[in-house]
Amino acid sequence: MCGIAGLIHRGKSSNVGSELQGMLQALKHRGEDSTGYALYGDTDGKNFIMRFKVGENVGEGSSSVMEDVSVYDERKKIVDQTLSEMGAKIIKEERTLPYSLRYEVDYETKDLLDFSQRIESIPGVEILSMGKSLEVIKDLGNAKMVCDRYSLDKLVGTHAIGHARMATESGVDIKSAHPFWGYPFSDVSVVHNGQLTNYWNNRRVLENKGMRFMSECDSELIAVYIAQKMREGASLEEGMKDSLTGLDGVFTYFVATKDSLGMAKDTMAAKPLVLYESDDLVAMGSEEIAIRSVLPHEIDTYDPFDGEVKVWQI
Amino acid sequence: MANIKTIEKKSKAQSMGMHTEVLTGRTQQKFFNPDEAENFYYFGTYDVDFNKRTDLDVMNMSAPEANKEIDNLMSQGYGTIVIKNPQGKHSLGVGILNKLNLIFEGSLGYFGMGSCDGPIVRINGRVGWSCAENLMAGKVVIEKNAGSCFGAAIRGGDLICKGSVGARTGIDMKGGTIIIGGDAGAFTGFMMQRGRIIILGDVGINLGDSMYDGTIFVGGEIGSYGSDAVDAELTSSDQDWLRRKLKVAEIGEDFDVSKMKKIVAGKKLWNYDNLEPTEKKGAI
Repeated sequence: MCGIAGLIHRGKSSNVGSELQGMLQALKHRGEDSTGYALYGDTDGKNFIMRFKVGENVGEGSSSVMEDVSVYDERKKIVDQTLSEMGAKIIKEERTLPYSLRYEVDYETKDLLDFSQRIESIPGVEILSMGKSLEVIKDLGNAKMVCDRYSLDKLVGTHAIGHARMATESGVDIKSAHPFWGYPFSDVSVVHNGQLTNYWNNRRVLENKGMRFMSECDSELIAVYIAQKMREGASLEEGMKDSLTGLDGVFTYFVATKDSLGMAKDTMAAKPLVLYESDDLVAMGSEEIAIRSVLPHEIDTYDPFDGEVKVWQI
Repeated sequence: MANIKTIEKKSKAQSMGMHTEVLTGRTQQKFFNPDEAENFYYFGTYDVDFNKRTDLDVMNMSAPEANKEIDNLMSQGYGTIVIKNPQGKHSLGVGILNKLNLIFEGSLGYFGMGSCDGPIVRINGRVGWSCAENLMAGKVVIEKNAGSCFGAAIRGGDLICKGSVGARTGIDMKGGTIIIGGDAGAFTGFMMQRGRIIILGDVGINLGDSMYDGTIFVGGEIGSYGSDAVDAELTSSDQDWLRRKLKVAEIGEDFDVSKMKKIVAGKKLWNYDNLEPTEKKGAI
């Protein structure tokens, strides 16, 4: 059991970091092994924001192997050198935690496939997100712990999706935590609640097409699946509709791009989702209490039906 | 708990030597005299006065605290309780085995009004998954929408949603009536065993899948029929019952029930008379 939440402000920005923290914290009883945020902040859109990790959180409850912190420094040096070799210029650098970094990068090339492959060929390095607006932050613990650790409560933006995870089919670590970046697409992220039963079949097919998987978490398949459909020319909504038959299992998932937010629910409607929709705000979550954290007054909500796909623009 | 006894009379399986014991459960015992029905009360129930009314603000209460306070108010004789600020909390109003007029000014989360027997409830909001699960008797009215597993396993009473409901409405229901003013999702009436479901709007795929018994009435379009769910003739007595029920439910009173579809179990999945696999081996 996991919890997912998302919101999109239409026509304005808001403190989405704080709002999503409240929504995910309300769902912490659905799982607090790890929590992740995909925040779409207000930026000038000039540079890429690259969130990446050079190691794992090996704190209490983690299934990762302890490493010496000096290894993280070595990996960071190689990342810096590789960026330089590719002609990417680091404009701003933040190291929130020894294993977690945020770079603002001036990089002209639009195809991020080669870029990502070179960075991630460095052992122990994973790009959590790459985009002009998107920032994926995920770590062990509940929503408030992660929010406090990364000071997310001040982030202003238009939309966000997030995930409170109870680890069931893969380890308690950052690489298995949601959201997943829609590699290699700029500004695409996915969160999922459910189980996919044709994970390995789909993974083999997608790997043969050049896509990469960083974990053995079945949810990662959705991000890669949608990204591959978009690579083949499908729109976000078309890719999501295709997933209703291409993915087998039970699922409710959200996909966000730079200017949109979408939801899809499997044909058995086995996973919950409550939705609130108005002219200036759409908020949704696994339970209504998540929506109540941002809209405490009486509102009209509903459950999307089985096989339903919806996409909203900012 | 059923008693295990050895008896002289043997069943078919026993005569084949498969086993010697027989279950004589409580369903075979006489517990109550119907003439003494007025004396039947659950342990710990209260004599309440519907004209004695109070408000209860549960904004800063947990669900167990709120439910305990409802019980406390009933013990003081309050027969009408208005719950303020339920805020989508889970498990509110569960386990009420009392006559009571309960009003929620807002929405409930999961498992609202679960395992109740007797109260009349109005929810001026929405409800989450599994509302009124295992309802035995009484009436629950939801003014807005409802989540999935609405009325799961209810045994009696009337459960009414004026809006739309999610998937698996009436799953495993064993009695009572569920009335939906809007649309219903997939697997409505899944494995239902008795009772009636009325849907005025459209319904999703696999309607009445693997239903054992009971009846489903649909006013709108049907996504698809589930396994062993079949059409049946809508009789005049069905129509009379539907009109009465919709009127009492304050929902769709003017609805043209003559055009509704009636769905029942084909009963081709029934295997009650078949032998167990091990018994079949013994019979060969």
